[in-house]
Amino acid sequence: MTPPHPGAWAAGGMIAAVVLTSTAGEVLTAAAMKSVGDLDEIRARSGMKGAIRAVVTCPLFFAGVFFLSLSFFSLLFALNHLSLSFAAPASASLTLITNAIAGKIFLHENVDRRRWISAGLVCVGVYLLAH
Amino acid sequence: MSLINAVFTPWIGAGIALLIGFFASYLSALSWADLTYVLPATAFGNVIVALFARFWLHETISWQRWAGIVLITVGVGFVTQGPSLTERPSDKADPSDAQTGAQAHEAAEGRAR
Repeated sequence: MTPPHPGAWAAGGMIAAVVLTSTAGEVLTAAAMKSVGDLDEIRARSGMKGAIRAVVTCPLFFAGVFFLSLSFFSLLFALNHLSLSFAAPASASLTLITNAIAGKIFLHENVDRRRWISAGLVCVGVYLLAH
Repeated sequence: MSLINAVFTPWIGAGIALLIGFFASYLSALSWADLTYVLPATAFGNVIVALFARFWLHETISWQRWAGIVLITVGVGFVTQGPSLTERPSDKADPSDAQTGAQAHEAAEGRAR
């Protein structure tokens, strides 16, 4: 059974929702883990319980998980309306590019040419592989 | 009720346990490496899934998918040749911290390899 074909705008909107919520989730989670600090060191200092406590007492972490779950459910919604072979690879590969942009803007990461090229290569690779 | 039963099905339970393990490792990696380093590197999981599908489930892999595998492998190899963490000016602001900062960075680099 082929799913009904929504218009290009609706399809783009659904993919954009998945990509934006996923990017927000990844950036917030990454910011949370940076604010917590090196988990290996925390675990060496105060054990596994201390490491878990350090993560679950960080509000940013829950903001990140909230957006990641939002992205999961918007992907499920998109899969209800679009074909799997389009929605899954398109959102997975676009997320890599938007994360590189968001990482540079919001996390002030040094996204040099090497990282742009590898984000591009992996983006095309994920698209081809998941198609 | 059927949902609770489903969670305790061995395959589903193992899948959930492995996903929790993935998320814990992912968070741990994000705590010492950049997002723009971790994200392309974890995309290698797609390659492992494809290779499992090929050699364990005996699925056929089209040439487009082999091309995707090659591109991801090259991309991951490329990003892991670079530094895993952006150097922060604040790491060097305190001279007494400079030494430990450099050591922490080297430790992170070591784990990245």
